[in-house]
Amino acid sequence: MSENQKVIEIEVLRYHPEKDNEPYQQVFEVPFTDDMSVLQGVQYIKDYLDGSLSFRWSCRMAICGSCGMMINGIPSLSCQTFLRDYYPARVRVEALAHFPIERDLVIGLEGFIEKLESIQPYIIPKEARTLAQGEYLQTPEQLGAYEQFSSCINCLLCYAACPQFGLNPSFIGPAATALLHRYNVDSRDGGKAERMELINSEQGVFNCTAVGYCSEVCPKGVDPANAVNQNKTNSAADYFLRFLAPKGGAK
Amino acid sequence: MSKRRPYVRSMDGWWRKNPFFVEYMIHEGTALFVAAYAGVLLTGLWRLSQGEAAWSAWLTALRNPWYIGFHLVALAAIGYHTYTWFKIMPRTMPPVIVGGQRLPGWVITAGGLAAAAVASLGLLALVWGMAR
Repeated sequence: MSENQKVIEIEVLRYHPEKDNEPYQQVFEVPFTDDMSVLQGVQYIKDYLDGSLSFRWSCRMAICGSCGMMINGIPSLSCQTFLRDYYPARVRVEALAHFPIERDLVIGLEGFIEKLESIQPYIIPKEARTLAQGEYLQTPEQLGAYEQFSSCINCLLCYAACPQFGLNPSFIGPAATALLHRYNVDSRDGGKAERMELINSEQGVFNCTAVGYCSEVCPKGVDPANAVNQNKTNSAADYFLRFLAPKGGAK
Repeated sequence: MSKRRPYVRSMDGWWRKNPFFVEYMIHEGTALFVAAYAGVLLTGLWRLSQGEAAWSAWLTALRNPWYIGFHLVALAAIGYHTYTWFKIMPRTMPPVIVGGQRLPGWVITAGGLAAAAVASLGLLALVWGMAR
């Protein structure tokens, strides 16, 4: 360590289920350079200060969606948040809010994975086509209808930004609804009626009170609040139009 | 046996933990002033239905400094509510396509605020004209 090596304090919320009754703060002093991300800071802790620190990460370039954490209380990808922006103050790192803490910075994902499965995040073809008939064609306008929603990387920052999900974890939530919407508005898809049952359900879009923070924290420029709120309109239309054209139901 | 024991953090005081949530709560809170002002107008209508004396008594009551103070506070609160309402509006709407391009959010917000301003000034001019 050179003389002018800068050292930043990283405060981590620790929790080991086999020995801790509840989480507690632990402060580490981490030498850093200006190009180091918060993720590299916690990697330094694991490599040199405390090997028992647990966290998820993979790509280091904001595409895998594994390294989401609360950084000074803001849901962030730790790989694209830099220590230099906090120095000389201390930086606080905590597992993503609104999810159960499995261990240290690792959250329980089961709830979200179940939701992701439930929305059928794949194209349910509107019309069956054989290989001989060739590919499905789509115009740029048809692509534009869903493109931004397809950028979701399932990092769950939007859930950590959604107080309604925190208060009611059964709410299907921002990312799953954005992905659901991505398929519903795809011109090749014919699964809308099935997915609307989820939108209309107790777990559906009406849990949202338009806080809008989900869209603010999204690292990929997706607007999940827009997907949720457009589906409030769709759900209301479903409700009233059933008198004219009976179809579908609600789960 | 599994050593898993997921820890669920409390949501107590959630809205104080982030400035964005504080702003959201203020925005939602100012809706109470919108409701209160609807109450004021309905009271006026009710007093009008009771005849001229009741109506005049209500008009006199409105001149009470406390009532005028309430009006100023309500004006500020409803103004803030209007601003934050239109700020979130682009997120709540289906995309508006103009000339093949999606209309940017700020245009929708600006349009909403302009419509609110025009409606308020129009109403003011109408009432002003009737009062003269």
